[in-house]
Amino acid sequence: MALSNEYIIQRLKEKFGEELFTFQESYGMLELVAPKEMNLKVLNFLYDDAQLQFRFLTDLTGVHYPNRTGEELAVVYHLHNLQSNCRIRFKVHTSVDQPEVYTATGLFSAANWMERETYDFFGIQFVGHPNLKRILNVDEMDYFPLRKEFPLEDQTRIDKDDEMFGRG
Amino acid sequence: MIEQHIKLPAGSIEKTTTTLNLGPTHPATHGVMQNILELDGERIVSADQTIGYIHRAFEKIAERRPLAQITTLTDRLNYCSSPLNNMGWHMTCEKLLGVQTPKRVDYLRVIVMELARVADHLICNSIMGVDAGAYTGFLYVMQFRELIYEIYEEICGARLTTNMGRIGGFERDFSPLAFEKLEKFLAEYPKALKEFEEMFQRNRIFMDRTMGVGGISAARAMNYGFTGPNLRAAGVDYDVRVQNPYSSYQDFDFTIPVGTTGDCYDRWLVREQEMWQSLSIIRQAYQKVQSFKGAEASVFHADTPAYYLPAKEDVYTKMEALIYHFKIIMGEVEIPAGEVYHSIEAGNGELGFYLISDGGRAPYRLHFRRPCFIYYQAYEELIKGSMLSDAIMTMSSLNLIAGEMDA
Repeated sequence: MALSNEYIIQRLKEKFGEELFTFQESYGMLELVAPKEMNLKVLNFLYDDAQLQFRFLTDLTGVHYPNRTGEELAVVYHLHNLQSNCRIRFKVHTSVDQPEVYTATGLFSAANWMERETYDFFGIQFVGHPNLKRILNVDEMDYFPLRKEFPLEDQTRIDKDDEMFGRG
Repeated sequence: MIEQHIKLPAGSIEKTTTTLNLGPTHPATHGVMQNILELDGERIVSADQTIGYIHRAFEKIAERRPLAQITTLTDRLNYCSSPLNNMGWHMTCEKLLGVQTPKRVDYLRVIVMELARVADHLICNSIMGVDAGAYTGFLYVMQFRELIYEIYEEICGARLTTNMGRIGGFERDFSPLAFEKLEKFLAEYPKALKEFEEMFQRNRIFMDRTMGVGGISAARAMNYGFTGPNLRAAGVDYDVRVQNPYSSYQDFDFTIPVGTTGDCYDRWLVREQEMWQSLSIIRQAYQKVQSFKGAEASVFHADTPAYYLPAKEDVYTKMEALIYHFKIIMGEVEIPAGEVYHSIEAGNGELGFYLISDGGRAPYRLHFRRPCFIYYQAYEELIKGSMLSDAIMTMSSLNLIAGEMDA
């Protein structure tokens, strides 16, 4: 049974109301954004619903947008319904001052390390995570390296500024 | 509850378990990963995994590199099958840029990708033999991985970290010698694979060491995000090549081998059968490549001048080619804004690329979905309550590559 993006949108609107989500489609993949307090409710619904059945967590990661005040950090889930072979992308945004998002470890064992990695690089606190500590970086590190305020290049060099990479 | 084997006198403050460091540089871990095991006698009570010893911050580095320069980073993920990662990355870029590759390019890619899969599975399966005590099989089949590496060398000049191909196709057409070497490999390898199979498949010692060891149910495997041969060994027929065909995989006829118990033996069998399937795919692809006639028979890249380096003669003689050459080399090509997720069936599972572009010259954010990073977290569950020697078999049967895990 094929699962169309329109049908997923319709199911979600029936359940959570018209206003909650913003939907977008890019390169054929449906993308939905919800308030961060709702992330577990939405993930649970996507998991349990008899038609939707998004039971495979393909990927979980973070993105930092320093210019979006109040929602600087994004948590991105890629979910996969293996039976009808449908993928969706689900995002929640959180502020950088209070980067707290509920953990998905209760639903997906796979989320454990993926959330640790996201914490490690972006400092997103997953509330309720059983073992939220750094995974790839050293434990003593006191910053979150994939945030945009940490430049890759030596800042004393003037020959490699952002303008060279198309953003000034 | 596991029975306690060490009995201490009453009132003793000593621990009843032994702590053992397995790794980071233990010969049986095949990569830099540490496990702090709590042992009761020889039974494992708990395992604490530490990874990240060779973390190289690829995702951060990629944020300052133009697309073509990121290929070298993907080489160093799963370095047992670099061409797979390279092709996956090129296809991700092509998806974002909207580039359509010609059929011949797709088929050439399929040949290379399946060769890489054979090399990857061959390493994993033969190393499993080494960990079970059979060195001979490993040394014997390495000759045939060498044949694969010679084909790589003929195609792109490199052997291990291949940096093969370009966005849109290959840097040059396959030489006649490359096809000759491919034919040699196709002629000689099946016999060796059969011998290798006979050495292990019904070998009493190997079966005793692997059957019922490190098993996982299909439901747990899916919950843990298993993909690739490890998931298929548990009985789930999920293969990206079939579910979301890329590079014209829909044109090929092959089956997906699945196991039942998800233990080490099933993983070994699934990989073994996949090698046979890969050989069949390579043969089909080679036939399709040979069937192109006329101008089509020499197509090896798509027509995307903004991303594909022009021929050197043109750079010296044509203004337009010179401009494109300069822009690509200096990384001055703007990437269209967009978000794209693309995944391929890599040697050890679904390798995904999540690429966000804001219209700059380098990705805004690039995330690699590394299969073995995700399934290695199940290791504790797989080995709990089993013997130390089983833990070592389980580790080598999972096909863990530290380079990919730590990115």
